[in-house]
Amino acid sequence: MSRTLIVLVEDKPGVLARVAGLLRRRAFNIESLTVGRTQEAGISRMTIVVDSDRTEAQKVAQNLLKLVNVIEVEDVTESPLVARNLALVKVQINGGSRAEVMQIVGIFRARVVDVGLDTLMIEATGTEEKVEGLLQLLQAFGIVEMVRGGRVAMVRGAEPQ
Amino acid sequence: MRLTGAQVVWEMLAREGVDVVFGLPGGAMLDTYHCLREYDIHHVLVRHEQGAAHAADGYARASGRVGVAIATSGPGATNLVTGIATAMLDSSPIVCITGQVGTSLIGTDAFQEADMTGITLPITKHNYLVTDVDELASIMHEAFYVARSGRPGPVLIDLPKDVQQAKTSCVEPLAEMRLPGYQPAEDVDVELLQRAADLLNSAERPVILAGHGILMSGTAQVLKQLAEKTGAVVAWTLLGKGAFPNSHPLSVGLMGMHGEAFANQAIQEADLLLALGMRFDDRATGTLESYAPKARKIHIDADAAELNKIVTTDVAILGDLSNVLDKLLDTVEPNGHSQWLSLVDSWRKQSRTRDILSKPHNGRLVGPFVIDSLRKETQGDAIVVADVGQHQMWAALYYGQDRPDPLITSGGLGTMGFALPAAIGVQMALPDREVWAVAGDGGFQMTIQELATLVQEDLPVKIALMNNSYLGMVRQWQEMFYEKRYEATYLANPDFIRLVEAYGISARRVADPKDAAAAIAEARRHGGPAFIEFEVAGEGEDGNVYPIVPPGAALHEMVTRPEPCVELAGTREGNR
Repeated sequence: MSRTLIVLVEDKPGVLARVAGLLRRRAFNIESLTVGRTQEAGISRMTIVVDSDRTEAQKVAQNLLKLVNVIEVEDVTESPLVARNLALVKVQINGGSRAEVMQIVGIFRARVVDVGLDTLMIEATGTEEKVEGLLQLLQAFGIVEMVRGGRVAMVRGAEPQ
Repeated sequence: MRLTGAQVVWEMLAREGVDVVFGLPGGAMLDTYHCLREYDIHHVLVRHEQGAAHAADGYARASGRVGVAIATSGPGATNLVTGIATAMLDSSPIVCITGQVGTSLIGTDAFQEADMTGITLPITKHNYLVTDVDELASIMHEAFYVARSGRPGPVLIDLPKDVQQAKTSCVEPLAEMRLPGYQPAEDVDVELLQRAADLLNSAERPVILAGHGILMSGTAQVLKQLAEKTGAVVAWTLLGKGAFPNSHPLSVGLMGMHGEAFANQAIQEADLLLALGMRFDDRATGTLESYAPKARKIHIDADAAELNKIVTTDVAILGDLSNVLDKLLDTVEPNGHSQWLSLVDSWRKQSRTRDILSKPHNGRLVGPFVIDSLRKETQGDAIVVADVGQHQMWAALYYGQDRPDPLITSGGLGTMGFALPAAIGVQMALPDREVWAVAGDGGFQMTIQELATLVQEDLPVKIALMNNSYLGMVRQWQEMFYEKRYEATYLANPDFIRLVEAYGISARRVADPKDAAAAIAEARRHGGPAFIEFEVAGEGEDGNVYPIVPPGAALHEMVTRPEPCVELAGTREGNR
């Protein structure tokens, strides 16, 4: 099962390697890992999705906390959560299929961000399920190229992490 | 005041109270070594960098202070790796300073370049690559703090050549350390403490498991009070040896794979385990499925990641024992448990019948006898630094002592070659103590070159070599579990006496048990380093460590010596 961890780290060289190395050493399979700046200078935030059960995730959280550059670790899997995924997809089109693709894009509330003679680039954000659903439909038209970001997540409500 | 990076290194070492470092220079460390004589710090020149790391480790374990090892870039630094991993597994606070190629060359496969922060990532508590000389003083200050605080461990500072040469006006650390993710001290949860006390109060067959944490936190005295108040018997881990007086009636000795049979029996029959500063290593527990099946378990440790890592506990308390144990002592009720104690004592007597020291002499020199002779001659007052293998287990089982001295040995990583260089560090830390390195013929030859260091420093370390011409522990496993196929374990050894004498060390060989005591006494009288080679039995019952818990077995399934050595009534008494 997938567990989502939010990890606040110091923004220093090598921190990603420390975190990834620890997950590797404990034989955790990383399903996705995103990292970016936060509202606070010098602090980065990682959202890590690992294939693990609750107990094992707790152990990895404790070990992550032992890294000197890791400030905070929270397993948010069971918290009320907004979790989003991003995908950019380039789809093959021809005169006939363009309208159909654009209709699907509209239904999924995705966006067309680039139009070529025989391709469309589509930007989709949403839950994994929504992005997966869109991708499945687009496959029928021929996906030329695709890139997906990892999950980013935030707990709902006023309490900050 | 402006200083070079090299000067900042020594300034900061002096500021941290360091008066001895262990190292070996080289191209990328020349600038730092160049300034050595400007500072009142003694440098011990080792013959191989692994020795520097082990010596720093031994120094740290003996003194409770941070040990320092220095090496140059590339091979010098990678030679430290075994020593760093050894310190990591045994929570020993050392700071390793390695030279690195100039910052403009990093990543270019330059001469003697190795990615040390990458290589040591999983075997250090933390590491640093210094790229700005202005940050050096603060990094060094942090490194010492991280190494010694919380659960101690090794920290590596990789120092490029141009950073050593560059000048800086930042010659003091920042007033406040910037370690937002590092908070080793936590308040103890009083409620949990009460639950632990309740469990302890209602227990009928309590066993305390004393680990390294007792010695590191300096709580041996509180442990003694706690055991006496609660009537719990005390078993110790390999690195917890010394945490509890050996001759105390509540002491049951070493636990685990080569633990005392009665200690393991007590653990398996216990209805409560109180684990203090230990981590349920697989060598201590045997198979987990049937580990202490009847016991409720309380675990107190300074490292949150150790709680519920191996053994699921009923009460897990995070905290430094120096902060927790006296509170627990105040909370528990006095208890006697005379039934439990007499049961344990009957197991103790049973075990003793199979003790090789209870056996009438057959003229063969055996490892336990050597250690027992050493104990008698030194009255248990020496610091023993054991290498890894059979002799290590005999040192743990037979060097009984009542003072809270650690057994200095590589417990977690099991690093052969540890003893000699570590003993150098121990003797540097404790110049007035008697230090004995106990090693086997296999491990001794892995770091034998440090004999030269011993002579150059004129340290009175005594060495007891147990020579059975085998990699003995491996051979024992081959004998017991691998159809007696002694593949690659026989050692065609050099003449150790002539070899050791060539280094300028007084050496003597003992083959007859009758000569052991006199040889030890002579070595003790000798002012400088001295060496005794004991030719010990290499095979069969006389050459094996008993008891042994076979791999995959539970603690109570230990294999004891096949035949009793004496009848129950005739067992040897004594302070083991």
